[in-house]
Amino acid sequence: MAAGVATWLPFARAAAVGWLPLAKKTMPKPPVDNTSRSDEILYVNVSGVRFQTWKNTLDRYPDTLLGSSEKEFFYNEDTQEYFFDRDPEMFRHILNFYRTGKLHYPRHECIQAFDEELAFYGIVPEIIGDCCMEEYRDKKKENQERLAEDTEANEAMDAPLPPHSTSRERLWRAFENPHTSTMALVFYYVTGFFIAVSVIANVVETVPCRPPKGSVKDLPCGEKYQLAFFCMDTACVLIFTFEYLMRLFAAPSRCKFMRSVMSVIDVVAIMPYYIGLVMPENEDVSGAFVTLRVFRVFRIFKFSRHSQGLRILGYTLKSCASELGFLLFSLTMAIIIFATVMFYAEKGTKGSTFTSIPASFWYTIVTMTTLGYGDMVPNTIAGKIFGSICSLSGVLVIALPVPVIVSNFSRIYHQNQRADKMRAQQKVRLARIRMAKKGTANAFLQYKEDRSVGDRQSNSTALCVKNRSAFEHQHHHLLHCLEKTTNHEFTNEVNYSELCMTESVGFRTSRSTSLSSQQGAQNNSTGCCPRRARRRAAMRLANSTVSVSRGSVQELDTLHVKTTCIPPQTRSSLNAQAGDLKLNCGEQDFTAAIISIPTPPANTPDESLPPSPAPIPGILRNTRATAYTSDTVKISSL
Amino acid sequence: MGAVVGTLTMQTKQRRPSRDKADDDLEMTMVCHRPEGLDQLEAQTNFSKRELQVLYRGFKNECPSGVVNEDTFKQIYSQFFPHGDASTYAHFLFNAFDSAHTGSIKFEDFVTALSILLRGTITEKLQWTFNLYDINRDGYINKEEMTDIVRAIYDMMGKYTYPVLKNDAPKQHVDAFFQKMDKNRDGVVTLDEFILSCQEDENIMRSLQLFENVI
Repeated sequence: MAAGVATWLPFARAAAVGWLPLAKKTMPKPPVDNTSRSDEILYVNVSGVRFQTWKNTLDRYPDTLLGSSEKEFFYNEDTQEYFFDRDPEMFRHILNFYRTGKLHYPRHECIQAFDEELAFYGIVPEIIGDCCMEEYRDKKKENQERLAEDTEANEAMDAPLPPHSTSRERLWRAFENPHTSTMALVFYYVTGFFIAVSVIANVVETVPCRPPKGSVKDLPCGEKYQLAFFCMDTACVLIFTFEYLMRLFAAPSRCKFMRSVMSVIDVVAIMPYYIGLVMPENEDVSGAFVTLRVFRVFRIFKFSRHSQGLRILGYTLKSCASELGFLLFSLTMAIIIFATVMFYAEKGTKGSTFTSIPASFWYTIVTMTTLGYGDMVPNTIAGKIFGSICSLSGVLVIALPVPVIVSNFSRIYHQNQRADKMRAQQKVRLARIRMAKKGTANAFLQYKEDRSVGDRQSNSTALCVKNRSAFEHQHHHLLHCLEKTTNHEFTNEVNYSELCMTESVGFRTSRSTSLSSQQGAQNNSTGCCPRRARRRAAMRLANSTVSVSRGSVQELDTLHVKTTCIPPQTRSSLNAQAGDLKLNCGEQDFTAAIISIPTPPANTPDESLPPSPAPIPGILRNTRATAYTSDTVKISSL
Repeated sequence: MGAVVGTLTMQTKQRRPSRDKADDDLEMTMVCHRPEGLDQLEAQTNFSKRELQVLYRGFKNECPSGVVNEDTFKQIYSQFFPHGDASTYAHFLFNAFDSAHTGSIKFEDFVTALSILLRGTITEKLQWTFNLYDINRDGYINKEEMTDIVRAIYDMMGKYTYPVLKNDAPKQHVDAFFQKMDKNRDGVVTLDEFILSCQEDENIMRSLQLFENVI
């Protein structure tokens, strides 16, 4: 039950007097409250610190330790007080919760100690007030992350392989987590080495080497030692190709793998070589071929498999794309403005380098970033004035967004993490609240079930009563009064849907008796269950394989059991509700309903004809007999 | 450059919703109400001093300002009926409790009503119930008022009931009620008809005794 409503229960029960003239049946007897009614002061001794409080205060939350009979275990007869061997400082907050209805988190306390106290006193942390909830959550998250880091660092990739894993899975795992086996580690380092070698080779082959004998011009090393470089390149590419093919083979989902960034980088890294191989030694296309060699530099990105930092950088850039885009946009605007101004300012000058606005772009960029190469310089006075404004504003324009972006990085990064976690927690929180609400609803249904069982077993002992508090008794009595007033009973969703289906079946079967009245009744029930569900249900029931019919029998069985354990007034109420349906005595007509299922009328034309109805009643009889003998019947699947 | 700065500031401009409503709420909660003296209340109601003390402690804890407004009332009442929607019936109850129509229930109203409901005579209880049903306080219960009340009660049951709630169940209930209560068949039920009919019904008489020991 939610906070503090225990106080209002007497008022809600008193208000039930308003239902009395409407009720068709007598109200059930109220529960007898044997406990002493008068309010008294309780003494709670927590490790020597004595607290005093009204009994009613503690009774507000009957599902906690102090509010339920669980505290009797801690009662000390000699000193007439409840003794808890716990932290008195924490207990202060716990007791305040009972008094005010809000649980506050003491900021100076350790989060785990607080959690343990809450667990001891049976208080769920979800009810921490909004004022302290965020602080509590943050600290808890921090704590958990710290603990998770420690454990993760310990076990990390040492998770054992699932048994019976194929060689393919093992291969994939070796690729993803190189630390698992020595072979994988060796391969990992070898590929890393070859990436480095390949990159260095690309760099070195452009360095001018000493010219060979007899030539004056300096030659790049790549042309001097062409064969050596070619061999090295071939070796690297072979290894990369082999690695790529192995990964492709081992990948659990090849399409996904081929779409991933790393595989694209791999392909781009090795493609130029193969293209160069198949390309003929043609003068025209060799120019294009040279450009292709640029792509070999992408091999350096292969390092991101080996470096966590690169991956994080890539991720943060991706997540700050909007910020970067904004920076770019504002820069572009400034560049265009200043380039235009400079161009028109320098237009008249002879021999000006500002030949067009796009040409002035270069000047603007160089000036704004305070590079100042000096290859383009304004000569007119106006040009110089605008040039200085440009360089001054360049500092501002570039310097301003950068801290914004930096702070955005951290803000967005942390926010994303927090938002995701909060969303997940919110879902969990709502689900818990929903469950608690359902729990209250279900508690009443459970109470009814217990009561109904208790009715049949008159010698049932207090086992039936379980450990329900006085509050719960009174609340259930109140709900029971409401049921009697309206002549309907509470059920849960499962039973309700069953009821819908079976009632529709009932409608169908009595079609033969009186058509016009059925129409009316059917139209009424359309409100409760959609037509589709009914037809589906009818088809399901009509499509009688024996198991299905037994299933349907079970549903009707539960209904049937219900009618027996609830006093006959329900049956008469069924009369009133069903209206035009001639279900006079529950038993007989249920049989009638069951039997006529297998012979579907014309409204399910597309269903196969069921087997003969003969065996089915036999099954029915048996099951019905067993229903009588069974003592406890699970009515609702709680 | 001004345009650049303008673009930069554009993102940060956000309008905050006006805080006036929060100020109003703050003012309302500042209003504190203290009930009359304990002796006076004891004289006016059928409760003993101890019972009044218990009641007031609970009341004050839930509503430190000393008054309950309708929203709080609806919220509290809804918590007892998680299956369905108790807000309509809570609205009618609120009006029944708030006899002076001030828009809020003070402790005196609360305790007066409880005194009638729990410790009052049969006639007083029936009169209170009549006032509950008579929404517009004209001294007559007509079919529309009764239908509203009954529908509100059925709303509290929620959707999942056994047997399944039909759409005309409230109407049938109201018809049965008028059948029983409306003696002269004039379409409305007066207080005397109501009290008379209830006194004739044994079930009702018996049930009225049930709620005596709630406190």
